[in-house]
Amino acid sequence: MATDVRNMRLYRRRSVRNRVYMGLSIAAAGIGLGWLAIILGTLVVKGVVGLNLAVFTEMTPPPQAAGGLANAIVGSLIMTGLAVLIGTPIGTLAGTYMAEYGRYDKLTPVIRFINDILLSAPSIVIGLFIYEVLVTRMGHFSGLAGAVALAVIVLPVVVRTTEDMLLLVPNTLREAAAALGTPTWHIVAKVGYRAARAGIITGVLLAVARVTGETAPLLFTALNNQFWSTNLNAPMPSLPVVIFQFALSPYENWRELAWTGALLITLAVLSLSVLARVLSSKSGGER
Amino acid sequence: MAELSVETSFASEVVDRSRALKRFAFTDAFFRSLTRICAISVLVILGAIMFSLVEGSWLALSTFKLDFVTTEAWNPVTVKFGAISPIYGTVVTSFLAMLIAVPLGLGIAIFLTELCPPLLRRPLGIAIELLAGIPSIIYGIWGLFIFAPFLQSHVQPFLIESFANVPVLNSVFAGPPYGIGILTASLILVIMILPFIVAITRDVFETVPTVLRESAYGLGCTTWEVTRNVVLPFTRVGVIGGCMLALGRALGETMAITFVIGNAHRISESILAPGTTISATIANEFAEAVGDVYFSALIALGLILFFITFIVLAIARYMLLRLERQAGN
Repeated sequence: MATDVRNMRLYRRRSVRNRVYMGLSIAAAGIGLGWLAIILGTLVVKGVVGLNLAVFTEMTPPPQAAGGLANAIVGSLIMTGLAVLIGTPIGTLAGTYMAEYGRYDKLTPVIRFINDILLSAPSIVIGLFIYEVLVTRMGHFSGLAGAVALAVIVLPVVVRTTEDMLLLVPNTLREAAAALGTPTWHIVAKVGYRAARAGIITGVLLAVARVTGETAPLLFTALNNQFWSTNLNAPMPSLPVVIFQFALSPYENWRELAWTGALLITLAVLSLSVLARVLSSKSGGER
Repeated sequence: MAELSVETSFASEVVDRSRALKRFAFTDAFFRSLTRICAISVLVILGAIMFSLVEGSWLALSTFKLDFVTTEAWNPVTVKFGAISPIYGTVVTSFLAMLIAVPLGLGIAIFLTELCPPLLRRPLGIAIELLAGIPSIIYGIWGLFIFAPFLQSHVQPFLIESFANVPVLNSVFAGPPYGIGILTASLILVIMILPFIVAITRDVFETVPTVLRESAYGLGCTTWEVTRNVVLPFTRVGVIGGCMLALGRALGETMAITFVIGNAHRISESILAPGTTISATIANEFAEAVGDVYFSALIALGLILFFITFIVLAIARYMLLRLERQAGN
């Protein structure tokens, strides 16, 4: 009888404790997701106000004047595109070495480790690095330096996904090709790349999403430019840097454009990530 | 005649094949070394980053020596630079952020793996992962225009008032409510690293074998007991690794913090006061820095930041690697 009572009490205590912690967990989810929802909601509300055609066709305005973000958008596109052009081939080849040629090489784990660190290294440090290496040598800020800084951020993302995706390709496929007398590079190109294509493209998309919003490394490499500029040898405007400058300014119209720019970047990043997700789930289905 | 032609065609085929093989061997060696060079370039980049940071900061470090990391003065006019206040700001904001974000993130991860109705699990998980990709400048602009004014008018006066008579805490929550400052920066960091922590811990929680979890439930454990005594011990290394990864991110975070930290080179007891972090100092001052020593001091800050994050990230990766091996076995 006494043990029954004790058991009941213990049971009740356990279930109460369970309820308390689970309640806390639900509260955490509510707070976290609610908080993030509020941020996105504000962003949409504030950003939509200034969203019109002029944003895409007109240059960044002087204070207190009408204008758009056209030069910043184009600058961002150019630098991101160039960064992908530089970073993707190097990254893909490096990932290829790690997954195909050097799979059992002692160097590979070292490279993987360093690459993972590079993957989450503070982007402002990469900006400083490119400043030291390129900007001081060239003597001035330039779009090229910005693109190279972004390429250094693209590289580890591509290396990582390429290696992961190539490792997922079944070895039997490679062996079948090798049994036919195919040279290794042919196996890599015709079997490995073909099977891992969707995954590698996903990695590139994720890398683009990552650099789209990068501000810190551009601050002292590409700097900024109020005017239309496609000259890679001159300072180049970019959406994130313009947002940074405009948001910290006291001018109402600049701040409004900053919100609109922020909304544009978020939309771009989200749609890139969704696209990457759709692609990778498709390739997962085929496998 | 016919025989001869067969013979010659055979011979030419042999020659062709050996030539083709030679060509294959050549292209293969070429491709192999090309990929190897690219792979090594990853190492070279990291080495170059370190080298250029050390080279750039040499002037400041040799001028101020140990004073650089022990003094607080940051004065471009008298050319005196001490990095202790940005280092302090970086460490304190990250620490406060982790203090809040880790329990919150674990709570959400537990919710997602144990409590969430299956119908919601996938969409919520995807939403969290998408949010992890939102650029930090977005959080910064939200923090500056929405969050800081809200804290200034509603939360900070309340904090100051309610702790006014508590010893210790009254100096932690002291001073006028600026809105921007250490606390605001920490809270923005929380919301920034939260999706990371959730995404990683959720993945790690899912590595727990279903058998383990179900046998604990079978013994009559409550959900909390399963989490506390089975899931968490099993995934401890991975959870800590994930949190370290988030810490690395928090330490190096620039844009979100630059907006809301206030950029004041001083150490105050109050976490409501403006301060600065390493990354915010560099972002704010680099483009306007004049003079070699000033530049060099900023790069030295970058070197210190790189050093700290490198260590944190290395530990994080090592722990996650250990978990992978454990899962592999």
